[in-house]
Amino acid sequence: MEVALNTLFITTEPAYLKLDHDTVVVEREEEPTKTLPLLAFSSIVLCGRITLSYALIARCAADGRTITFLDSNGRFRARVEGPVSGNVLLRQAQYIALGNEAKTTALARNFVAGKIENTRRNIMRAARESGDAASEEALRATGSRLRVSLDRLRTASDIAVVRGIEGEAAHLWFGVFNHMLLADRDCFSIAGRSRRPPLDASNALLSFLYTLIVHDCRSALEGVGLDPQAGFLHTLRAGRVSLALDLAEEFRPILGDRLALTLINRKQVMPRDFIVRSGGAVQFTDEARKRVLLSYVERKRDVVGHPASGRKIPLGLVPHLQARLLARFIRGELEEYPPFVLA
Amino acid sequence: MLYLVCYDVNTETKEGRRRLRKVAQACKNFGQRAQKSVFEVDLTPSQYTSLVIALLKIINEEEDSLRIYHIEEPLDRNVESWGCQSLIDISKGVVL
Repeated sequence: MEVALNTLFITTEPAYLKLDHDTVVVEREEEPTKTLPLLAFSSIVLCGRITLSYALIARCAADGRTITFLDSNGRFRARVEGPVSGNVLLRQAQYIALGNEAKTTALARNFVAGKIENTRRNIMRAARESGDAASEEALRATGSRLRVSLDRLRTASDIAVVRGIEGEAAHLWFGVFNHMLLADRDCFSIAGRSRRPPLDASNALLSFLYTLIVHDCRSALEGVGLDPQAGFLHTLRAGRVSLALDLAEEFRPILGDRLALTLINRKQVMPRDFIVRSGGAVQFTDEARKRVLLSYVERKRDVVGHPASGRKIPLGLVPHLQARLLARFIRGELEEYPPFVLA
Repeated sequence: MLYLVCYDVNTETKEGRRRLRKVAQACKNFGQRAQKSVFEVDLTPSQYTSLVIALLKIINEEEDSLRIYHIEEPLDRNVESWGCQSLIDISKGVVL
């Protein structure tokens, strides 16, 4: 399996992208034109008002390279998709699994278990690194509560209960978020989760990273031929990539939460990187968005152990492997879907 | 793996100038131009094979020369650069 993990991000607007042989040519105002080989990229993400030539769109669709349009705040706007690919029998099995309560609940349970275990590990790690006794105690207490959530999850046979446990765990995580901040506490403290729009810098950072994770999970699912909209934990809604959101759960603590904390604690993002708009919405500066994107791509290149396959692979490839395991579970070739847990 | 592709194409004839353009385009499809007839390409083994096949189809081995250097990691120690050029490190993700 060979998946180029690279993404071409275009964040300077306005810009025009066109195809020239096997290269993509990026034209921007007052900047020299850049020519880059297409084979280096498996997806293109455009932030803001970027236009593309028809030939480039057609080529990306033919190669299965996803093009995603985000607005300048990182919110999803549109996506260009080629012909539906993959295996119709796999998709049929997926829809049948969707009607099978036992299978649906088992999957939802494992997505949530992956998320909670990764979150718990983040919290325990922060407790070890925390210099403050009160914070450490609060973090350890939350860590044990999450362990209890995991035990309860194991016996949950109703999907509503699974969703309830997930909600509680998310609440617990945001409850101790401020204890994990080691720098710029005034700016990055949060009162809870806020989105559409995010009302503080941390929420803006998290929302942005979550959008990128969902984009990657969606590509991974489409790569194996699963329908990214037919999700198990997330209910079906027109236009929502519920299965990508399901798969993203286990990666949010790793590629989202922990990366956000690292960026804040290492002062790679700082209070001056955020702008407050009228109405309270908080946005990144252009320069900070580039920095965050590069850190995200860099994080995906870190090599990690993949327990289910016993291999060491770049973190960015893990969603692709998980999508394969998911397909095997849906086909009935695996007893259980093993969520990814970062060692 | 990073490779350095260098070529000399005899441009005395119209046919030669045509080969030069084709070689340059083939290199552009796989990597970035570092200098006039020097390209840096970061490729997987199968992509590398495709590039070599593409180049050998274009050049005339009687008149042109092609040299490819394999560059060992770590790149920051084995590649040094001075002067003006606008190479992007594609392997680390590209944000424009």
